[in-house]
This record gives sequence, C-alpha cells and structure tokens, in this order.
Amino acid sequence: MPVWRRRKGGGGGISKRATASEQQPSPEIDGKFEEQKREKERITKDSTHNSIKNLKKERSRRSCIHSCCWLIGFICSTWWFLLFLYNAMPASFPQYVTEAITGPTPDPPGVKLHKEGLKAKHPVVFVPGIVTGGLELWEGHPCMEGLFRKRLWGGTFGEVYKRPLCWIEHMSLDNETGLDPPGVRVRPVSGLVAADYFAAGYFVWAVLIANLARIGYEEKNMYMAAYDWRLSFQNTEVRDQSLSRMKSNIELMVATTGEKVVVIPHSMGVLYFLHFMKWVEAPPPMGGGGGSDWCGKHIKAVMNIGGPFLGLPKIVAGLFSAEAKDIAVARAVAPGVLDLDIFGFQTLQHAMRMTRTWDSTMSLIPKGGDTIWGTLDWAPEADHYCVSKTPKNNKTQTTQNNLKSLNYGRIISFGKDIAQLHSSKVERVEFKGAVKGSDYVNRSCGDVWNEYHEMGFNGIKAVADYKAFTVESVLELLQFVAPRMMKRGGAHYSYGIADDLADEKYQHYKYWSNPLETRLPNAPEMEIFSMYGVGLPTERSYVYKFSPAADCYIPFQIDTSAEGGAQQSCLRAGVYSVDGDETVPVLSAGFMCAKGWRGKTRFNPSGIKTHIREYNHAPPATLLEGRGTQSGNHVDIMGNFALIEDIIRVASGATGSDLGGDRVYSDIFRWSERIKLRL
Amino acid sequence: MALLRRRKRPDDDLPQTPDTPEEDEDKTFKLLKRGKKKRREKYSCIDNCCWLVGCICTSWWFLLFLYNTLPPSFPQYVTEKITGPLPDPPGVKCLKEGLKPKHPVVFVPGIVTGGLELWEGHECAEDLFRKRLWGGTFGDIYKRPSCWLQHMSLDNETGLDPPGIRVRPVSGLVAADYFAPGYFVWAVLIANLARVGYEEKNMYMAAYDWRLSFQNTEVRDQALSRIKSNIELMVETNGGQKAVIIPHSMGVLYFLHFMKWVEAPAPMGGGGGSDWCAKHIKAVMNIGGPLLGAPKALSGLFSAEAKDVAFARGIAPGVLDSDLFQLQTLQHIMRMSRTWDSTMSMIPKGGETIWGGLDWSPEEGYLPFQRKPANLTTSRCSHNDSDTKRCDTRRINYGRLISFGRHVAELHSSDIDRVEFRGAVKGKNHANSSCRDVWTEYHNMGICGIQAIAEYKSYTAGDLLDLLEFVAPKMMERGTAHYSHGLADNLDDPKYAHYKYWANPLETKLPKAPDMEIFSMYGVGIPTERAYVYRLTPAAECYIPFQIDNTAGDTDEHVCLKDGVYTVDGDETVPALSAGFMCAKGWRGKTRFNPSGIKTYVREYDHNPPSNFLEGRGTQSGAHVDIMGNFQLIEDVIRVAAGASGEQVGGDRVYTDIFKWSKRINLKL
Repeated sequence: MPVWRRRKGGGGGISKRATASEQQPSPEIDGKFEEQKREKERITKDSTHNSIKNLKKERSRRSCIHSCCWLIGFICSTWWFLLFLYNAMPASFPQYVTEAITGPTPDPPGVKLHKEGLKAKHPVVFVPGIVTGGLELWEGHPCMEGLFRKRLWGGTFGEVYKRPLCWIEHMSLDNETGLDPPGVRVRPVSGLVAADYFAAGYFVWAVLIANLARIGYEEKNMYMAAYDWRLSFQNTEVRDQSLSRMKSNIELMVATTGEKVVVIPHSMGVLYFLHFMKWVEAPPPMGGGGGSDWCGKHIKAVMNIGGPFLGLPKIVAGLFSAEAKDIAVARAVAPGVLDLDIFGFQTLQHAMRMTRTWDSTMSLIPKGGDTIWGTLDWAPEADHYCVSKTPKNNKTQTTQNNLKSLNYGRIISFGKDIAQLHSSKVERVEFKGAVKGSDYVNRSCGDVWNEYHEMGFNGIKAVADYKAFTVESVLELLQFVAPRMMKRGGAHYSYGIADDLADEKYQHYKYWSNPLETRLPNAPEMEIFSMYGVGLPTERSYVYKFSPAADCYIPFQIDTSAEGGAQQSCLRAGVYSVDGDETVPVLSAGFMCAKGWRGKTRFNPSGIKTHIREYNHAPPATLLEGRGTQSGNHVDIMGNFALIEDIIRVASGATGSDLGGDRVYSDIFRWSERIKLRL
Repeated sequence: MALLRRRKRPDDDLPQTPDTPEEDEDKTFKLLKRGKKKRREKYSCIDNCCWLVGCICTSWWFLLFLYNTLPPSFPQYVTEKITGPLPDPPGVKCLKEGLKPKHPVVFVPGIVTGGLELWEGHECAEDLFRKRLWGGTFGDIYKRPSCWLQHMSLDNETGLDPPGIRVRPVSGLVAADYFAPGYFVWAVLIANLARVGYEEKNMYMAAYDWRLSFQNTEVRDQALSRIKSNIELMVETNGGQKAVIIPHSMGVLYFLHFMKWVEAPAPMGGGGGSDWCAKHIKAVMNIGGPLLGAPKALSGLFSAEAKDVAFARGIAPGVLDSDLFQLQTLQHIMRMSRTWDSTMSMIPKGGETIWGGLDWSPEEGYLPFQRKPANLTTSRCSHNDSDTKRCDTRRINYGRLISFGRHVAELHSSDIDRVEFRGAVKGKNHANSSCRDVWTEYHNMGICGIQAIAEYKSYTAGDLLDLLEFVAPKMMERGTAHYSHGLADNLDDPKYAHYKYWANPLETKLPKAPDMEIFSMYGVGIPTERAYVYRLTPAAECYIPFQIDNTAGDTDEHVCLKDGVYTVDGDETVPALSAGFMCAKGWRGKTRFNPSGIKTYVREYDHNPPSNFLEGRGTQSGAHVDIMGNFQLIEDVIRVAAGASGEQVGGDRVYTDIFKWSKRINLKL
C-alpha cells in the first residue's frame, strides 16, 4: 500500500518502474491472494519480457485498490437496489410468501375475536418481569456523557460494547443500600414502550398489545406498570413511588371506564403484583392505604404468565456462580474463553458483581424449603421422565422400568456420583462453622469484587465438603458465601412457609411477595389464572465441581461433564431438568393455583377461584414463523396465540370457566398432591 | 472480474520506451494495450460508477468510524475554541447554586408539537401500527401522501375519529421532547431540569390529541382526567408540594380549559371542587400563549396559508397552485386542517375591543425598528432614518385583519365602500366535478358568494366570525359548539358554566387560588403576523379563491407591509398583545376575570439570533418554539420549580410597549 501511494506522488514513469521492480520480491504488501493467482496465470499464459510483466504488475497493483473500491461500490449499489425494492414492495408481500409456502396462516387471535364481535371491556394492566423492562440514564458519570435519557438496558445495548466498564458501573446498584450509587440515576422507561420490545425485533409484550388493539384497546385502557426491576419491590416505592403510580393508574382507568381491571403480570412481575396487592391494602406508611377491599373493588382477574411463585432453581445457580445452563454449555463448547482474562474483562466476575447488587434477583430464590422442593431423597417430581414431553429430537427409546427416581431435591451436588447416591451413603461435613480465611485475597485480581475473595480457601473447601444441598441448606449456603448480599435480601424477602398466618410479623413487607407467607386479598369475585408453557426441559438441580487453583475466578462451576446418558436423560451437562417453560419449573408456576390456593385455604381465605392454563410447547414449523405462535418458552409464550386468545376473552368479559377452566398437560396435580402442606 | 480496471491517467501509466527495446515485445505490448482499450470502453461506464460509489462509501464509513471514535465532548471543545467558553447551561448553574427539585412539574405541549401514532387504520397503513404519523421523520407523508392525509383528518361532522381509524397521542415525555429528530421542543428544558434532580416521577408530559377540541380530548381519551389524576399523584408522592404547570402555545388555552374543567361538577367537569387548583397548583408558567388568539390561525383557516406559504408562492409562482402530481397540496392541507377543531381555539378573541376597529388598534404607531434596531436583522423596515419616515404609521390599520387590496388597507374607513356579505346568495355554479375529491367548503359557495366576500373589502376582529361562518359553515358549526370568541359582559351569567367558554380568558374567571401565580413568558423582537392584504384569485376553478396578496408592499416604501402581511412585535407566531395582555392588564390585581387576585407576571425574552452556526437554534432565541431552549427562560422555570416566587425571579421583565398597548384597550375590569 505505501508503495502505491508513493508512486502516485512520484510522477515520472521511469522511477515508477524502478519502484515496481523493487517491489517484486515483496508481494505480501499487497498480499492479496487473488492478485498472486492472477499473476501466476498470466505468467503461464504468455511468457514475455520483464517490462510487460512489470507493467502488468503495476496495473494489477493499482487495480487492487480499484477493485476494492469497485467491489464495495458494487455491493453498495446492489444493496441499495435491494433496499429500494424492499421499500417499494407492498407491505403484505412477506405474508403472501409465507402463505404460499406454508398454506394460509390462521388469523391472529385479535382479528379472529374481533370478527366474533368481542370488544374492549376491562382495562388491562401489564406488569413486566425481570430483565425485560428498559432502563434509561438520567444522571451519570462523565464516561456516560451524551447518553442522557438513552436506554442503557434494552434496545440495542450498543453501550455495552462501546464502554463495558462504564456500563457495568452504571447498571450496578449500591452494595449496601440496594439503591442508586452516588451520582448515578438509572430509571425505568415508562409507557408501553418500556417492555413492548426488549431489543429491536425481539418482542415481549408487543404481540399481545397489537392483538388487544385489534378489538379496540388503546393507551387509555392499557397500562404498562413499568418499574425498576433491579430494586427490591418495596424500594421501587421508596425511590420511584412505582407502586403508588400503579395504584393511581388503576384507579384512574377504573374510574374512566367503570370496569375493573385485568392484570397481566409476567415472570417476576407475578411476585411484584403479589407484593402490590398486599401493599395497596396495608395502611400507610408501609402500605398504600387502599383499604381491605381495594382489590375486590378494582381487580377482575390476575392472569399470571409464567410466574415463578415458588422461586427458580435457575436463580440459585445464578447467584452461586453467575452461571446457568446456557453459560455452562458455552463453557463446555469453548473452554477457557469465558474464564480467560481477555481484555482484562473477567466477564463472569463482572456479571456476578453486578447482578449481586440487584436485590430483585433474591425474590426468585426457591421458597417453601424442603416441604415444597424435596429433601435429599425425595422430590415431588421424582417420577418425571424427560423424553415424554420433549419434542421429537430426543425421542430415544425409553424403558420405563429402567428409570429410577431422581434426587431433584438436592439442588446442588458436588459431583455426579453424589447426586445419585442414597443420602445415607453421602458423607457430609458441616460447613456453617467453617473459618473463613483471608488468604484467598489476591491483589492481582484487578478490581473485581465479589464476596468469594473474602471467603478464603478454607471456606470454599468447606462448602465443597458438604456435598449435597437441598433448598433449605442452599439458603444457608448463600448466606455463607455472600453474607452481605443475603443481608440485604433478608431485609426484603422471606422464603419460608408460615405456620400461623395471623401472626403479626407477617404484616411486614418482606413477606408480601411470598405466596406461602401471605393471604390473598379478600376479593371473592376475583379470579387468578396461572398460565405457563410446558414441554421444555427446565433447570431443576445442578451438579457442581470445585474449580481448583482459581485465583481470580469463581471457585465453583457447573460440572458440564456430568451426563446422564440414555438412562437418565434428565441430566445433561451437569443440569437435571424437569418439565417447564425453560426457566420456571411447572411446580413453581402451577402449585399455588393447583393446590395452595385451590378452594378456601388458609392462604386464600375468601376462596378466590384459581385456574391453571398450560400451553404445550410446539417449536415453530418453519423459519418464517419467527419465534412461533405456539411456543411455550418463558418469553416467547407472550406470542402464543392460544394464550393471547385467553387473555382477550377475559379482557372482554369472560370468566375462567367460560374459557374452559383448567387446561393441563403436565402432572402438576399429581405432583402437588405429594406436597404435604397444611392448607 | 475482468483484468481491466479504470485508469485515471492512462498516459502516465504507459511505460516509457525501455532502454533496450525489442520490436516484438513492443508489438505485443501495443496489442495488449489496444485490446484493453476496446474492452475498457465497454465496461468503463459501469465500472466507473461502481468505483465512484465504492470510493464514496469507503470514505463515508471511514469518517463515520472516526466520528464514532471521537470523544463525545469534541464538538463542544471545538465550539469553545471558536466562540470562547460557553456559559453553563442553566441546569448546571442552578445545581451549583444548590437548587433542588421541590415542586413537581407538568408540561402541556401545544398544537402540532405533540406526536400522534396509529392504533387502527385502513389497509394502506397496515404496517404502521403504533408508529408515529405525526412527529418523528414524517417518512410516510412522502411514501403515501393521500393515505396519510386520510388518517390525519378527523370526521367532518363530529370532529372525532373517522370510522375505522384511530390515531392517538403518544404518551410520556417522548410525546413532545423532540418534534423531529434533532428538532427539540421540550428536550432542553427536560435535560436542564434533570440536572437539578428531576426525573420522570416528578415530571409529567400532559400529552393530548391536539387535533381535537379541548372537551373532546376528555370525551374520547379522558385526557383531562388523566392530567388530574397524575397531578394528584405527583402532589401526593412529593410530600404535598404543589405542581408547577408549564404550558406552551395552545397548551396555555388547554390548561385554562383544564382549570375550569377540573373545578366544574361532573359530568361536564372533573368534579374536583372549587379549591382543587388552590390545593394542587403553585404556578402556571405560560410560554408563548396565544391567550387572545393568533391572527396566523385566521389566515390558516381562511386560505390555508400564512406568511411562509405566501412567500413561497411569491418566489415560485405556480408550484403550489399547479396540479403537480395531482396533489393539490394546499387544498388537501386545508381540508385536513379544517377538520381539526383545535385550530379554532386560536381565532382572535375579544373582537374589536381587543384587536382594534377599522381605524384604530392598540398597537397603532408601532414600528418594528423603534425598539432595538441592532437586533432586528430581519426587520421589515430599513434602518435608515430617511426610509423610516416613509413608513407612514398613520396608514397602518392593524385593526383590519383582512383587507382586499392594499389601497383598501390604507384608506380611511369613511372612504371604503363596503357591501354587506352576510345575506349574499351562495350559488352552486362554482362546484366543479373536475376538481376530483378535494372537498373544501369553497365549492359550495359559488362565485356570487366569493364575490360578496371580496366586496366587503375589510374585516375587523368583529367581522371575522361571520366571515368564517360564511365561507366554512360546517367547520364553524363544530367550532362554535366548542369555543367562544367573545367578551363577557356579566361573568356570573349561568351560560358561562358551559365548557365552550372555558378556553377564552375573556369569558371565564380564574379559579379561586390566591396563592397561585400566573406567568406569561414569551419572546419578543421578531416581526409577527398581525393583518393581511388579500386578493381574489381569478379563474380559480379548483383552488382556494382567496390568496394573500404577496405583491403588496415592498422594501422601499411601505416597509411595514411585506408580502401582503402587516407585522407587529411578537415571537413570530403570537403577537405580544395576545400573549401579554391578560397578565399585563386583564388579570392584573383583582379584576372581574381574576376575582381572587392571583398574582401575574409578564416575562419577555428579547430575541437574539444565534451568533454562529454552531449554536444551533440559539440560547437566547425568542421564536415561538425555539424559546424553549432560551437559557434565561429555562433558568426562570427551574427557579420557580425549586420554590421561588414570581417576585424572587424578578417580577415583570418587559421590552415591548405591552403596558402602553394594554392601556389603550378599553375593557371593563
């Protein structure tokens, strides 16, 4: 390249030729493979004199730049031309193509029900879950200049790549208070745009909104209760008055339309709305002071989508070692990439440090202890076998008699053999008293702070020696490995089962999001739906390994080498899975509506009707369908036509029994039966 | 790919004859060259194009890359190098002074600036669900203009949605922070408030559909209820601190309407009780409010044009009028904007008492250059003294809002022969089916009707309503159901409880809220449309039969009349009289319009054009919209929001003769 430039300035022909011949032995400067090839061809074709060769080389060198430009120009022009064609294309063209290939697509539920004559009746409130809501910057450090009111979370995530450290700094909360760090204000986006699309083209609520709009809904009777999903539930009220805002907006919509609202929470929003229902009836200053009949007056139905009522095993892995199935697989595929200190990023450590400042994650820790999730040798789902529900790709032959029950109750086991041994054979060494040392602290780890540095080698060893953890001991484990985080968590959430719900301590807000420690409001006409996808393997328990010599790294990892093979197909890459929507196990999403709240129980004193609606997962038939219209996946279910149809029917006035009551594919009732919970 | 490439300087590339040339080689060389030449001709054109495009693309990408790697503070650095250190933006300045958010803030956007999005439409707009039709890039106007017009129009009878179409206001701060990309409206104010600590929980954008009449925004969208509920929520969550309301442009009238609505009993009103405003509002800081209407709205309704359109017509006659692409631009615009009831809220109010009669007007004697000649680079008058004498102020009759012909505009009223138009027979003979489907009510008027209008020759504010009712009866039928433009004799008359009077400050009382403060903040120093010289367009079969006479006035003689438009001082859209009168006189002290003696302040901001290109739209602008970026105004707003009273901000701040003009208006108080 430099030669060419010199030549351009050089002027005279002779000198040029001189340079050219000098150039001859160093072709790697222009270095293009094509050029060499072409040159060779020419040499074989006509064996002429040097001068001609030189001339050609000279040309070919010039032509390299030219051909680059030409190529780029050609590509650009073609691109523009195609873009133009695309823009000039009638809007219905893609649909036409799809129809030509797959046959006529069914009407979207909105259109179908519009034809049936359904009309907007009840106002609708959406409560988004964790992660899906957008967050924008209102005040930041100088490194975030120019991003005022731009999205840090959601949208394109462009800033993560441009300035990762700055981004992490702004997304983290204060480690002590769980609120804003000084000088940083990141706030939730408000309005329907908060969570209609998570990233460009990746819908969350957009499909549901579009279908509701078909029967006449618009912004005046749809409200997105956006909140900062990083904060603990009560802190969203303390900092942003999000709960007051939701109350005020529901009241406004009820007043202007004269109808009660239908609330549609998704994922963590389910717990948030449980919290809201207790908050709104509690007296100020802790609550909203709406009085004990507020819910009865304002809410027609709560239609929970994929709600982790009883928590998520996935979150345990997330909090314990900042990984879940996906990350474990990625680590197995490309060992070393995530763990390497590339660019000094220490990706997982940073991710862990950031997520551990988010109090909300702790609302998802499994609740109800061993009664719900199983002990060392017992679990409600023990007889689940994995091939039954999973689609054709794992339809290997299963011999049912070969199947022995799985110890799902051991949420974390160190080593595959321990996961399978009977409890009497497992030798466990108590870790709770173990001395933490500071010899693990290593200054060379950069500034990534996670509490593992304070544990010391002894502490880590002690954890591994305990070998198998049930849900109850996992809580102790988390308290052991991350005491500060759990201190904040313990102030905002509780994970137990109430013996006596009338106990005064249950007035405190930390119990409000735990369905096992609260009563439902006194609203006999209200209905509660639990709608979730089934048919996808969902993380339930983990096989861990102790990663040795981990100086700067998280000392525990999911043992991706643990495979169940044909006999135990539930164990894959160190993860035991059960039926669910890929994130929430059926048990967590369905138990409360299947048993805990069914009929008049102590958790549901006014006998609110509950309905279970399961949606069996069917992967999209063709690529053209995108994320599918029959998906059961945790987020993709928001585009499931059957689910949308149910919601629209309820929003336009139907009751749960009009929809057909329960709709069940999994063994949820049998499993619930096995759980011995006093009702 | 051919070996051939484009070569810029073929002669240069030819090798000089080698030192020891041999004939054969030379021949082969020449043959080779010739062959190439032939092929070159064949390919070179396309190749050249591709090459060029490639070059441009590559360099563009390179620049883009450079731009992206540039530290974000670079443009500011360059600006500072050129113009010297910038003053701190008001937010930073106030933060340094230790100001903190105290009162929640409510923005009420004006006409046109709020975004509208599609919720239900016809097939032609199928893929535009929840996309902006108004605001943003306006891309769809160009792609499918008639479809766009169809969706933006309202129903001609009801003033509500046409069947099958639902276009709804965007909600949230994004509704009006930027009108189009890079064209800020509220964004600068929001950013500065955020500096002192405001965020979405204590800032609320009261977005509404600005096409609807004010009461219909409540009927269709419950927009007023929404504002009420949100103000109540913010006051409650902010520890009982009252809200500071910042309406802009038409939002000022909208908020006047709101204040009456919220106290009126249900079902017509919000049922907040007579002390709602006193309990919830600390101050109303009107920015550029056309409290008494804007003459610009009049010309818009009458002939769908204003100064800018008339000027464009002057430069390129025929373009707008010719049937280019069968678009009939102006007619379509007129048809669309006439379905928007809200435009009628800005017809000049108060009649001749306020706006002047045939031979007098409050601003008479005003010459644009009198005040600050240095600033008025765009002045209609030349700065030369001898020239200014020729601008005979006695001949300017601002009171005649519309005159047919320049001589009529200048004659004394006794010399004008006016023929009453009110009884004139409308004929059908003007209707022409060749005009396609553009419906403006002029088609129903007939030539007789049109002629009759021109015969009346000059119209004052008092004649306006009759004129509009004559030319556009259907529109005015809707308009008079929702607005009133008169002057109340007796405010206690029970008829004034009707909502159509609520947006007219001359026909309502302010709420009973002695602690409240009302600010009137507006830009001055820019020539603002005040009166028009019209002409009858001959042989206008499909066109609007009236046009602003852009030949009237020229820079040499009648310097105050240019392109058929008489201008006064104002912010380019709203004359100072309209924005300032109520606060300067109508509401000052305890008057019948302000029974509880709410304190009022007039804050004028003198226009200073941006000193150089880098400043964008300027930090000292007085223009109707650009004033939202005026540092002085923003500082005032922040101070009040942080708790200051009108006195602490500095009371009145006046550059024009607004008090003198107000005094001339003979209004019973």
